[in-house]
Amino acid sequence: MTPAAAVPRASTLRQVDRLFRDRPVVPLVALLALLVLLYEVARPGVVGPTWASGIVAFAIPLAILAGCQTLTMLTGGIDLSVGAVASMAGFVTATFVAQPGGWELGVVIALAAALAAGLLNGVGVGVFRVHPLIMTLGVGLVVLGLANAWQIATVTSSTGVPEQIRTLGSDRFLDIFPYSLVFFAPLALIILVGLRRTGYGRLLYAVGDNPIAARLSGARAWQVLVVLYMISALMAALAGILLMGLTNVASVTLADSLVLPSVAAAVIGGTSIMGGRGGYGGTLVGALILQVISALLTALGQPEAVRQILFGAIVVLVAAAYTRVTAES
Amino acid sequence: MSAAATALGEAARPLDAVVGMVRRNGWALALLAFLALLLIFTKVIQPRYGVAGAQALAISALPLALAAVAQAICVIGGGIDLSIGSMMALTSVIAAVQMKGQPEEFGVVVVLAVLVLGLILGAINGAVIVFTRVPDIVVTLAMSFVWAGFALLVLASPGGGSAKWLRDIILGPFLNEWIPKSAIVLIVTVGLVWIPLRRSRLGLSIYAVGSNRLAAFRSGVGVGRTKIAAYALTGLFAALAGLGLTASTGIGTPVPGPYTLTSVAAIVLGGVSLAGGRGGVLGPIVAVLILQLIRSDMTFLNVDTNLAIVAQGAILIGVVMFGSLLQLRRARR
Repeated sequence: MTPAAAVPRASTLRQVDRLFRDRPVVPLVALLALLVLLYEVARPGVVGPTWASGIVAFAIPLAILAGCQTLTMLTGGIDLSVGAVASMAGFVTATFVAQPGGWELGVVIALAAALAAGLLNGVGVGVFRVHPLIMTLGVGLVVLGLANAWQIATVTSSTGVPEQIRTLGSDRFLDIFPYSLVFFAPLALIILVGLRRTGYGRLLYAVGDNPIAARLSGARAWQVLVVLYMISALMAALAGILLMGLTNVASVTLADSLVLPSVAAAVIGGTSIMGGRGGYGGTLVGALILQVISALLTALGQPEAVRQILFGAIVVLVAAAYTRVTAES
Repeated sequence: MSAAATALGEAARPLDAVVGMVRRNGWALALLAFLALLLIFTKVIQPRYGVAGAQALAISALPLALAAVAQAICVIGGGIDLSIGSMMALTSVIAAVQMKGQPEEFGVVVVLAVLVLGLILGAINGAVIVFTRVPDIVVTLAMSFVWAGFALLVLASPGGGSAKWLRDIILGPFLNEWIPKSAIVLIVTVGLVWIPLRRSRLGLSIYAVGSNRLAAFRSGVGVGRTKIAAYALTGLFAALAGLGLTASTGIGTPVPGPYTLTSVAAIVLGGVSLAGGRGGVLGPIVAVLILQLIRSDMTFLNVDTNLAIVAQGAILIGVVMFGSLLQLRRARR
């Protein structure tokens, strides 16, 4: 083994590292393709447009929640109240089905409640500088408790998933094109373009990357954060309403099991929890990857437990890989 | 370094020692006073509150108090462990499955094995954090999936059993009917580990690493080793909490309870700084008692239990906001 022989290998490795660092979406899409291939091997003939649309439909609520994590993680935060806010929004909407205002009024009230929760998060994190993890946990508890109290208060009135939301959440145009995509595609586009092209998007990166530098250059971090957590809560509420339509269930704990996967999707997608690095493109692929892994494990007859263990292991491995390549630069 | 620490600890005059202790544990003492007020308040609104109430409080607080101690240790060391609830679930189901239908003596082996397992689980968490250099939050969040998954593999639905002696250790009164056994268990287990730890080199290192990693490193503290040891101790206390769950319920439950979140709430209320290096275990334990007592008070007042959750969240938010406001003002001065 001469040094001359070792050099090219090391440089290809570095190229892979650089690709991983600068364009994380490329290796992630490769991983996604590999997983789909694995699925095809495990269950020959199943992979097709119908299968893909099922995966996409189930990945959408997760992708929206992962969007909340991506945006907050860019500023060095995290939003663990998304589960409670999403479930609350779906449940509140469902309780208005048989009421005078109808479910439309329910949606409006749910979104308003979500905005209030987001405002509380934002004021805590932005103005009082409470650690985002703690603040959002606390607000999540408050929202869950209030939603439970609401459940008991409205126990006599009938609840149900509105027909229109069920259509939006779970039906597909020509059995292929999920209606929720019509709703989700513009949202994703707004986030993607907003992060890259608008001043507010750049402010998020600036506040997360170097708060002092951001302050010295005139950014008011607290305003950025208050708006950010309100956006995050609003997105969580929309995800909850969609999820209710998808699963045809309204419960105050509906979205709880998606909180940790939403963080996982953002981390896999290359967004750093320390702030300032990442984007929504990677997160979208991350959410799809998690969804395909879930489907793969279900197809292989593996219990939920194995899925959890694998999710955890993947997050650690991917995060370790990102830390490695970014530490080298 | 350790000589200076002991000289500080043992003040020349007894009065100085008392003043020093009050000063160092000011927040915990204030919490104790608040707890006393809360107990009086409880007695006023519920005149029948007495022996049974104290028993129930001590038993329900035991797993949570141990979880809070677990969280306190790794947060003091500059980390945070979001997998405590999952580690509790895993150790609890393993204990319950192994002890079911086995002779009493075998239960001793199981308990010891589960405690060792807790140390190992925690050490794995710590080692992954140290060697991958991924932030603590991400690693322990991911590991919480892993440990909860293993718990489900061990036991798919609540079941198993507990050795009778293990249940007897925590259920019922000790000597006097007013002293619940579970309170004694809590004091003994925490005291046996924490007091020697606090006075040891490792304990000092944990505080040093938590308050300033770089300074600790430059003073010759093995930062990685200390961190792994702190997480291992967190795992040990999580295992104790898991055993407490099995003992108090008589079964093992594979789905993690709200213990991780509540443990974070308890340590923040208990005066442990999330930035690390500050606080102790007395404050968090008292905070757990306060949180549990507020819960039962709300039941006595016929307040919906869900509003009790709201109150818990609101207290958490209020305290941390107040705490950071104080810090901000101090920083501006």
